Amino acid sequence: MNVRTEWIDKLKGLLPVHTALDVGAWIELQPSLAALRETAITLMEACGCEFASLVAEAQDAGEGWVLRYFFYQPQAAILIAIHLPIAADAVLPAISSPIHAAAWHERETEDLFGISFQGHPFLGDYVLHDSVWPENMAPMRREFDPRQQVTEPGIGPDWQPRRLLREEGAIAFPVGPIWADYSEAGLWVLETSGEQIHESQSRLFYKYRAVEKIAEGQTVDRALLLAERFSGSAAFAHAYAYCRALETCACCQVPQRAQALRAVLAELERIRYHAATLAELAGSTSLAVGKSMLQEIEEQILCLSGQLCGHRYLFGLCVPGGLAWSPDPAELATLHDDITDITKSLNRLERMLVHTSSFLDRIEEMGTLRPDVADLYGVVGPVARASAREVDLRRALPYGAYVDHAPVIPREIEGDGYARLRLYFAEIRASTTLIKTLLTQLPDGPVITECPMVAGSALGWVEAPAGGTFHWLHIDDAERILRWHVATPGTRNWHAFHRALEGAAFQDFHIIMASFGLSVAESDR
Amino acid sequence: MANWTLTSLVLGTRTLRWPHREDLPLGAVPARLHGLTNEASADQHFSSNETPIWVARTATSQGPLPARFRRSVRVRFVDAGANGALISELRLVDAPPYNLHRFGIFITASPRDADVLLVAGPVTKAMRGPLLKAYQAMPEPKRVVAIGDEAINGGVYGKNFASAGGVAEVIPVDFIVPGCPPPPAAIIQGLLAAAGQCAAIDPEQSLMESVPVGDTQ
Repeated sequence: MNVRTEWIDKLKGLLPVHTALDVGAWIELQPSLAALRETAITLMEACGCEFASLVAEAQDAGEGWVLRYFFYQPQAAILIAIHLPIAADAVLPAISSPIHAAAWHERETEDLFGISFQGHPFLGDYVLHDSVWPENMAPMRREFDPRQQVTEPGIGPDWQPRRLLREEGAIAFPVGPIWADYSEAGLWVLETSGEQIHESQSRLFYKYRAVEKIAEGQTVDRALLLAERFSGSAAFAHAYAYCRALETCACCQVPQRAQALRAVLAELERIRYHAATLAELAGSTSLAVGKSMLQEIEEQILCLSGQLCGHRYLFGLCVPGGLAWSPDPAELATLHDDITDITKSLNRLERMLVHTSSFLDRIEEMGTLRPDVADLYGVVGPVARASAREVDLRRALPYGAYVDHAPVIPREIEGDGYARLRLYFAEIRASTTLIKTLLTQLPDGPVITECPMVAGSALGWVEAPAGGTFHWLHIDDAERILRWHVATPGTRNWHAFHRALEGAAFQDFHIIMASFGLSVAESDR
Repeated sequence: MANWTLTSLVLGTRTLRWPHREDLPLGAVPARLHGLTNEASADQHFSSNETPIWVARTATSQGPLPARFRRSVRVRFVDAGANGALISELRLVDAPPYNLHRFGIFITASPRDADVLLVAGPVTKAMRGPLLKAYQAMPEPKRVVAIGDEAINGGVYGKNFASAGGVAEVIPVDFIVPGCPPPPAAIIQGLLAAAGQCAAIDPEQSLMESVPVGDTQ
């Protein structure tokens, strides 16, 4: 009896009222609307599942909606979906009060589809800001034409952030949406009665470009351009996840060599992403030499990518069926040697940084995300792994070359800025080791195969540099997108960001933000 | 205790001689500026040995700032929906290889002190207001440099309910720098053109043709 059948039996035992089906890619549960909360809570509490994504879309026939709540069980490496068709005017029970990780997913669904949730503590003004968008707009509904201009105004400058701190003399200090040198657009409202940040709110989606909406009705190739570009700094990871969804849909077997090279590029992107995060972290503490040295390394990786693949951010490389990049042995040798040099420089920098007491004073016990809080919010990626959470899709749901080459997953337990610093360096080392292993054992053969498009839907996931990302794709028989949904690592980690700010001094805001290493462009889509 | 001062002295000057000498390393100028899979032909212009001219004047450009600004320009950056790669390239204009400050160009915190507004992104609905406010707060004379394909014509997003389809739809633009993302050297060229330190391509020969058309359908 294999693991899946065992799990199906276990789930049937735990949830006796409804069925558990093996639908190939995942185990599907079909509870009634009333049993949704109970099912989700059982999955999280009794089965040790992690919440992955919430995908809503219009039913193929009829008026209502189909909701899919994805979970995964990391030890058994299985994906579980709750499949819930509902009527157009149904009110969903919110699962976010016990499963806090789902809170922002539900806010997004409520905002973009106009689906009602009952029992959610904080709805509205999320993707669509009340200040610029009219009430009752639901842009993700099929009948909404993205080419139209919305002229109806929002409430304008009357909009004020919700005040959480009720104390005499308390002030709300806004940071954003235009702020500091090269910072991304976003608003952080810091509430204080003196020196320390007591409460704070992150207001994202100033950069909402509606990529999921404008992809609808487009060809899969065209949407791939969007998948690469909405984030940019994790372009390869998102193109990879998108292509994985397409390939699953088409039952396409990607050649071994392409699998290995995809993992090489994904790890190269991770190293670059972490080097950039470390440069920002050093810069936020005014450690100018450290920042400069890290930026030099980042530039070195970008030049290496540009020289080998033609694009500094690996755009245009990952395509359905494999890779649009076929390196020769000399190029692979360059990659191997350069990555060795880069890691040596980074190791040396780490030794210098951890022996700089003025730097450590700024990051030690700073921006602490306690392991229990990290668990509650279901944070992902390096931020989670620095707070004692063992979540990494490369191990939890292995894919591609990671099935045979499981990477070492570093972990820290303190959850402060220093733990995150050490973790970024440890992940860079682990990625280097993996790249070298993959390059020495690189299989021969083609790097691309035919990927004929088939109508259907599938979920693709990868561990992006900032954490796990899930792409849901639904395509019709004309190879056009019916629904594309991206669950970004930012949805989870920005949600928990305010907990790391609690009690911090104002000047530490920048440092804590830098230590989280999150992209606004990636979560705003 | 690490000695950062000594380390930096030992490392010596790390800044390139570019643009006075052609010493941009391999890969600093990408072979495919827009990163489109089948778009290599449009980008061949950029694969020669010499540094290409990326920056172009718009048809309505006021030209560079008056001569007295030549070696002292203050820049305010506004992110109106830029992708992370562009933000990352922008952060590198300050990095040792490029060192923006040697040209007398500095980033300023407030638009009230700024001579140049550097804008990226297709101008999302929520950033339209803040962008306009920042532009209006700037004293005359002022110039606007739009960087990245999305800021020029909306790029892959085009014009729709969420994106204005380029900076020029909201405020007048003087210089454009194409690329997705434009590399740090190109962004610096854009700023140098606004300062009057380097030439920009005429609107007639504008690089707009090599920018992918951003229709949404």
